[in-house]
Amino acid sequence: MILKNLLSEKRAAILERWFEMVLDSYPADTSSFLKQQKNQFANPVGAAISQGINGIFEELLSGKDSDTIPAFLDNIIRVRAVQDFTPSQAVAFIFHLKKVIREELEKEISENQISDELFAIEARIDKMAMLSFDIYVKCREKIYDIKANELRNMTFRLLQRANLICELSEPEQALIGSKNLNVKRKEVTK
Amino acid sequence: MAKLEKPEELIKIDHTPPKKDWMDTPAEFKEGMYCWGAKGKDLKILDFPNARDWSPKEEDWKLPENWKDTILEAMADRLSKYRSFRLFMDICVRCGACADKCHFFIGGGDPKNMPVLRAELMRSVYRKYHTTGGKIFGKTAGARELTLDVLKEWWYYFYQCTECRRCSVFCPYGIDTAEITMMGREFMNLLGLNTGWISGPVANCYMKGNHLGLEPHAIMNSIEGMIDDIETITGIRVNPSFNRKGAEILFVTPSGDLFADPGTFTCMGYLMLFHELGIDYTWSTYASEGGNFGFFTSNETAKRLNSKIYAEAKRLGVKWIIGGECGHMWRVLSQYMDTWNGPADFLEVPKSPITGTVFDNAKSMKMVHVTEFTADLIKNGKLKLDPRRNDNLKVTYHDSCNTARGMGLLEEPRYIINNVCNHFYEMPDNTIREQTFCCGSGTGLNASENMELRMRGGLPRANAVKHVRDQHGVNMLANICAIDRATLSASMDYWVPGVKVTGVHELVANALIMKGEKERETDLRGEPLPGKEGKE
Repeated sequence: MILKNLLSEKRAAILERWFEMVLDSYPADTSSFLKQQKNQFANPVGAAISQGINGIFEELLSGKDSDTIPAFLDNIIRVRAVQDFTPSQAVAFIFHLKKVIREELEKEISENQISDELFAIEARIDKMAMLSFDIYVKCREKIYDIKANELRNMTFRLLQRANLICELSEPEQALIGSKNLNVKRKEVTK
Repeated sequence: MAKLEKPEELIKIDHTPPKKDWMDTPAEFKEGMYCWGAKGKDLKILDFPNARDWSPKEEDWKLPENWKDTILEAMADRLSKYRSFRLFMDICVRCGACADKCHFFIGGGDPKNMPVLRAELMRSVYRKYHTTGGKIFGKTAGARELTLDVLKEWWYYFYQCTECRRCSVFCPYGIDTAEITMMGREFMNLLGLNTGWISGPVANCYMKGNHLGLEPHAIMNSIEGMIDDIETITGIRVNPSFNRKGAEILFVTPSGDLFADPGTFTCMGYLMLFHELGIDYTWSTYASEGGNFGFFTSNETAKRLNSKIYAEAKRLGVKWIIGGECGHMWRVLSQYMDTWNGPADFLEVPKSPITGTVFDNAKSMKMVHVTEFTADLIKNGKLKLDPRRNDNLKVTYHDSCNTARGMGLLEEPRYIINNVCNHFYEMPDNTIREQTFCCGSGTGLNASENMELRMRGGLPRANAVKHVRDQHGVNMLANICAIDRATLSASMDYWVPGVKVTGVHELVANALIMKGEKERETDLRGEPLPGKEGKE
């Protein structure tokens, strides 16, 4: 409980340092824009990072595995998955939190003998890191899906007019997951 | 023995990219950020220079030996021809007002996507060859030689601009950065440095009249498919005519509406509306493209492709023209067509045959946007509408860059949506109307191989949609642009799942009560209408 109180006290400093570390992964001109522009519509990336890390930190303090953690992680990772980052760079921000906590609470950690608590917090951060990998891969898969779907949509009407579309079985329809396409398929084959 | 780093030293990782001057940082070609190179066969069809297959990924771009002279001569020529170009090269004071207004910079973070810096890529070369300061002081005066690296940097970044002109709205001098990009692309066009996604459609359009390369029977066949669908849904068989001489009105729309969903539903909307009104109009299978990808290659090509619209209007002997929902099509029509290929003095000033309204705004061009036409019908109470049929939709409206900033078409689409839907919600003020964010894929960047670029550019728009989805439960994003209909679907899929994309006339047709129609069970997409769920 001691560590949790300390984290709570140093909340603002930790979040600020963490935010800066994430932004340091961008070129200097970009990170100053991401830092300074506070309007969430003029600066969606800065807003996503800021809201995301705030949310993640709150969840960490709450000590519970809530359903909202993936959403906060997703806010940040979805953006970084299409930016100039390798997979490890895209999710590295979650590990930065460990470094920030250790640096901000360096004195308190050594004075208060709270290594057990620190280990528990760090284990939770590691868990979030694993979740981050999953989210990152899902984002990348989505990009590939979108590319494939675009190709399908471009050719679908042509195939339909050429009567080259056949009706799918129910499991196949479920696989595609588009009711709309199924309707059309039926119309063509009747 | 080599020094082994201690753990505390190892953990000190500097995430800041090395600080080098932008001029000393050549463009690094990253997968997902650029389109594939043009095919030689397409360039040949268009008589474009240096027709050959090439790939931006290869070191050798197969350029002609005198490539540098070609560009510099073209630059000198355009500077003498277009006063705006020289002005835009000279007057920027680098105040930075535009810097953070570009969707690619906002979503991607690459400083060379700041409009000021993207323009500087060209200004630096301009200074070297056209200003005394630049000639004498070189780099100190912000000037640099045109080298192969510079050319590649141009190519990489001028194909990372959608010419949306959002940055220009904020420029105190009114510099139109889009025109700088257009010029950059025009110069590179002289070396055959086109993209496949642009030159393919341009070649198709030149040969067959539309980007998709649809021949007359394919166009008619596609529309017949829609006629069947309309009959299934409404019980009414609409009966459009094609290439009919003596019709009062010619209708021209982007060919994307003919084949790709959800544009096809918008197209069904036009068919139903015109049938219900009983207007004397015809489609053309020759002037079968409203869009103009030639606009993304050179001024001359754009003019050449555009010429078919007036030519076909003359051949058919129509009185005026209605144009469908499209973005860049309307920038071309409203700002260039009249001076390129006009005056169209063989046509009459457009006058609605239903309301008698004279469209004075199109007095010279003779072409009216379909939302202007429809808004006027609604204003005069000429349509029977049941907006409850769209009650399952919570709609927001995306202003297409070109119709909003290029021709000021802001109110008509909103007026229509408010009359055909009961649930309409605006996105935040700094993301709509003149300040609208681009879909992220305009100007021929809507290929699939550059998906990362598109997603970055689409983020600011999607972020605003996400806001209204979370606040109001918005599930439909309406727009009046064929490229938007295609590309926003992908953007929504990634950033805001659950939000679908529609043209405004699809919403109109859903609400439109047609004379003699059967009780409708579904909307144009085959989905059950509100209150009809659960029925087969």
